[in-house]
Amino acid sequence: MDTETGRERPRVHPAVPAPPVPAGGGDLRVGVDLVRVADVRDSLDRFGERYLARVFTEDERAYAMAASPDVAARRLAARFAAKEAVIKVLRPQDAPAWTSVEIVRRGDGSCEVRLHGRAAQLAQDAGLGPVAVSLSHEDEYAAASAAAWCAGGSGAERPAEGCAREGGS
Amino acid sequence: MSETRTDTVGTDGAGGTDDAVRRVLAEHGRLSVDPGSVDIDADLYAAGLTSHASVNVMLALEDAFDIEFPERLLKKSTFSSIAAVVAAVDEVRGQG
Repeated sequence: MDTETGRERPRVHPAVPAPPVPAGGGDLRVGVDLVRVADVRDSLDRFGERYLARVFTEDERAYAMAASPDVAARRLAARFAAKEAVIKVLRPQDAPAWTSVEIVRRGDGSCEVRLHGRAAQLAQDAGLGPVAVSLSHEDEYAAASAAAWCAGGSGAERPAEGCAREGGS
Repeated sequence: MSETRTDTVGTDGAGGTDDAVRRVLAEHGRLSVDPGSVDIDADLYAAGLTSHASVNVMLALEDAFDIEFPERLLKKSTFSSIAAVVAAVDEVRGQG
């Protein structure tokens, strides 16, 4: 229970800090995505550097490609899933470029989201707080979930209409 | 790590572009329907196109037409239907 707002704190994975509840209240947006690691491996084989450059930032590539090829594909798949999960939180009319959503690994192994360009603008326009993300991967699949509080834009007394929409696939 | 480039399509007419797009979808789209016969305005995402598959479709289209999609066209709606893809390709090629 949050003693200031009286709201129940959302239950989150211990590795992901709970996003701060906006002072004026708001709605929690969530997104999730699942990716087959083999699909990422196929893309690397077919399109190589072009695939990496269009989807991942330099830092994402550096971290993923530092591992063995199999683990690199898993890490990239998890990051793609995370980008998609974050994009679902942003709820754009049209999805922003994949490189505008960057997944940054912290020293403790958890990840945080860094938004650029249009993705950052979408978050600002929607009045989103910091986006929390969690990744997972194994041999065949990678998955990620993302969440953020939507305060409904700066100065809004109640959540914007967009915050009230159902989450889509 | 290798790259596989398909032959560049030397299409001038709308029909040629449509056929080439369908061939790319057949090879990279992993649709649950036959891209060769799906309606030109049919929702490709409803037909099984995933976000990750759309990356491969995009890159294969660039190979097929010797183009590069600008960032403003790298959005979900560009790959929402065969008609949308053809329009985007034509726009990049300067024919739209």
